[in-house]
Amino acid sequence: MSFERSARAALADEQLRGALRHATTLFGERRRAAMATLPDWEGARDRARAIKDETLLHLDRYLEEFTANAERAGARVHWARDAATACEIIGRIAAERGARTVVKSKSMASEEIHLNAALAARGIEPVETDLGEYIIQLAGEAPSHIVAPAIHKTRRQIGALFAEKLGMEPSDDVAKLAAAARRALRRRFAEADLGVSGVNFAVAETGTILILENEGNARLTTSLPRTHIALMGIEKVIPRFADLEVFLQLLPRSGTGQVLTAYQSLLTGAKRRPEDEGPAELHIVLLDNGRSGMLAAPVTRQSLACIRCGACLNACPVYRQIGGHAYGSVYPGPIGAVLTPQLFGLGRSSELPYASSLCGACRDVCPVKIDIPALLLHLRAEVVATRAGKPRLLERLAFSAYAAVMARPRLFESVVRLARMLRVMLPLGAWTKWRDLRPLAPRSFREEWRTRLRHEVAR
Amino acid sequence: MTMRVSLFVTCLADQLWPAAAAGAVEVLRRVGCSVEFDERQTCCGQPAFNTGYRPEARALARRLIEVFESSDADAIVSPSGSCTAMLRHYEQLFEDAGWRARARRLGERTHELSSFLVNRLGVEDVGASFPARLTWHDACHGLRDLGIRDEPRRLLRRVRGAELVELSPASVEACCGFGGTFSVKYPELSVAILDEKVDAIERAGVDVVVSGDASCLLQIGGRLSRRGSSVRPVHLAEVLASRRSSPP
Repeated sequence: MSFERSARAALADEQLRGALRHATTLFGERRRAAMATLPDWEGARDRARAIKDETLLHLDRYLEEFTANAERAGARVHWARDAATACEIIGRIAAERGARTVVKSKSMASEEIHLNAALAARGIEPVETDLGEYIIQLAGEAPSHIVAPAIHKTRRQIGALFAEKLGMEPSDDVAKLAAAARRALRRRFAEADLGVSGVNFAVAETGTILILENEGNARLTTSLPRTHIALMGIEKVIPRFADLEVFLQLLPRSGTGQVLTAYQSLLTGAKRRPEDEGPAELHIVLLDNGRSGMLAAPVTRQSLACIRCGACLNACPVYRQIGGHAYGSVYPGPIGAVLTPQLFGLGRSSELPYASSLCGACRDVCPVKIDIPALLLHLRAEVVATRAGKPRLLERLAFSAYAAVMARPRLFESVVRLARMLRVMLPLGAWTKWRDLRPLAPRSFREEWRTRLRHEVAR
Repeated sequence: MTMRVSLFVTCLADQLWPAAAAGAVEVLRRVGCSVEFDERQTCCGQPAFNTGYRPEARALARRLIEVFESSDADAIVSPSGSCTAMLRHYEQLFEDAGWRARARRLGERTHELSSFLVNRLGVEDVGASFPARLTWHDACHGLRDLGIRDEPRRLLRRVRGAELVELSPASVEACCGFGGTFSVKYPELSVAILDEKVDAIERAGVDVVVSGDASCLLQIGGRLSRRGSSVRPVHLAEVLASRRSSPP
């Protein structure tokens, strides 16, 4: 479905809009409050961005360093050029170990490569263990937010879903719902053969991966099953352990408005002695899937600085109205509108760069100062230059005519005067269906200037 | 010494909101500037640039650079934050170092009206009188591209008879949903965003909503009018030029 049609459908869904308004406003308020606890927010943003810029300029080197150090600590690192390769690697590891159930903690990269479908195709059952992800898996839906996958659902809808799927008494009591999910998930953790997680940061100098979460499910996913597979985009690497300091200040504050998440799991390699804790095997899958293509130019390279906090979604007037599903991508909102065309091709998502009023609220809240409006404009120019997506014949014609008229002041004035005389307005039904259109002024400023003002200012 | 100002009127103010442009001339003269207007100027190219039509935008950028280069005015002043921001974007339209420098120079010379008055001239009281309860709509490009937040508020607080009412914290810096071609590409979405803004304006119990951009005022005013609201959209330059003693 086109963005336009899905957006229209979302706008007609009052429950969805209520849920979104409530959640995004709350996220925004919490973020502001948490930000206020940092004495130098702007300085932290600058430092974080500088670290990302440095890393991305030498990404090859840092990835090699990370790989060497992670393997030295006992992990096995796999490089996946694209989604199919990543699914193949993970599926093969699972199959070779005879896995039947895989528990997963929240990972947008795994959503990006559609890992659940790939595992299911091998007869392996993936079980999402993050509460939000669990909810949407039960509902057979896709996440609609990077941090809060079930943000589009009301408590009542979740109660009805749990009553149907988990056989519990219908309830909209959050504690009861969470308890029901916990009971169901504990069983799945116990029987899981393998755990799949995402990665928030990967430290090159130590080979450590860091996972942030609030429910303890990532801790269980990465420690209980015998084998742990961590899937990460290649942009997740940072050079030094000390760099975590600034990112740990920024990510929880920007994402959930927390000073720190409830759990931070720092994992370096697999267990080496029997008395150690953790999985016997750690596999780390480095996913490219279109990312290296963004490295070439500075304007696109900054897309890879994203730490997936979701703050731009909560701040975006468009996202706040329609939610994530309308974007038709695992990455919705402003960052999704720039990532999706770059990752999956402009042809299939040529509408997304236009899904913005260019208000710039996303850039203001971004903890790594990604200039999302500049990226949107860059991608719009690409859409026009490469004729991606629909033909836009009328639009092309209109802009040629506009440029021709605007290059000739006399012609410009005649055209406007004619329009005023004939009371023709542009074919703006799209405007006037909901808004009155201010008529052209009876006398333009330039006419006023010529006949009156010019003489007045000369006096 | 008199500051010589060349007016960058913007095509929107020229044809749809001439009172804003005339108001800017009036205010600038009142604070001691001399004002000139070059009739060769048309549109800055923002609609093309924002929709992805860079060659068209580049051609218009070249034109406007040449038009304003022919003036030795001390500053170029515009009753629009959005179009001023567009001029500041001009540099990225060019690869050529010469054009980039010329584009940068134009951007540096150009100022949005409220910022020019407060930051360049150090003026806050422009001798205006406008008896009304009013609220200020931060136009996104002025606010976020140019960093204009306090300037218009400081000017409005010195307007005799005017009472400045701020919108609720959640709405004060919210976009009106215009976004140029966005408002016609996705009209329902644009209006959904707009309605939140208009709701906040109506809750504020004001007579007038003031902004520094005619584009936002077209959007907000168009919806206020359709909803039968009594709140009127007025450009900042109109308020600052006003000498009226009775409510509008």
